[in-house]
Amino acid sequence: MKSSIIIISFFILGVLLGRFDLLPAILQNNDFSIYALYVLMFLVGISIGSDEKAIRAIRNQNLKIFLIPLGTIVGTLLGVYLISFLLKNRSATDCLAIGSGFGYYSLSSLFITEYKGAEMGVIALISNIIRELFTLLFAPLLVVWFGKLAPISAGGATTADTTLPIITKFSGKEFVVIAITHGILVDFTVPFLVVFFCKI
Amino acid sequence: MLIVLGLMLSGVFVGYFLRGKKVARWAGKAISLAIFVLLFLLGVSVGVNPQIMDNLTTLGIEAIIITIGALSGSLLSAWAIYKFLFTAKETEDTI
Repeated sequence: MKSSIIIISFFILGVLLGRFDLLPAILQNNDFSIYALYVLMFLVGISIGSDEKAIRAIRNQNLKIFLIPLGTIVGTLLGVYLISFLLKNRSATDCLAIGSGFGYYSLSSLFITEYKGAEMGVIALISNIIRELFTLLFAPLLVVWFGKLAPISAGGATTADTTLPIITKFSGKEFVVIAITHGILVDFTVPFLVVFFCKI
Repeated sequence: MLIVLGLMLSGVFVGYFLRGKKVARWAGKAISLAIFVLLFLLGVSVGVNPQIMDNLTTLGIEAIIITIGALSGSLLSAWAIYKFLFTAKETEDTI
């Protein structure tokens, strides 16, 4: 939660400095370099590969556990596809690119900004922050209404880190490994799905 | 997309051999730093763009609509998986 607040503060600081013209011109005409994102992806890969606990957690699971992240991904994409017809200004693939953030707002909004511009980047940022916040705030109700997997599915890519404590509390300790595996696998698909929907 | 896939997988590969080493922890810090900088820059390009600043409410509403779709879909799939795969066994046992 603390790191989420720091990340959002950096974004808001940028908005304010940009809005009130407090920055040198070079920064204002910045173009997000795709190369910075490439470096970021490589680093994300390193952090996953070097995480012994994560690898052990995935290795010791039976097949059933892979159905949950698959369900989250398919469910999210179907839901977004259907609701995209309400948004006349946005194409279905634009909406699907945003939905493919699965709550991983930092990475997904940066990729979408790179491929679709800052306006789409902002929608992706807000949409995916809401997803994380909703999970944090409504986890207890979700368990009652949709069962113990609901906060995990709603948490999307965040269930291995920011939303893990709340899932542990309301779904129970026996769901911790499921949540971590779910978070890592959904996390991993974010860059691919986002770039895929940006490009088609 | 292939570049992204390749970079991430080679990162995983490199990371696997670096596990337990200091460099691996350093990667986590570098990620946070890169994300802070890039999101700050995204903030700046939003702030200097009047077309976005004037339409923040509309963009927010669009974001909420997309999130409603995403959450409804994933909650329904979580409900179905829980009902058919996680509780089915328990009912069998009680019978």
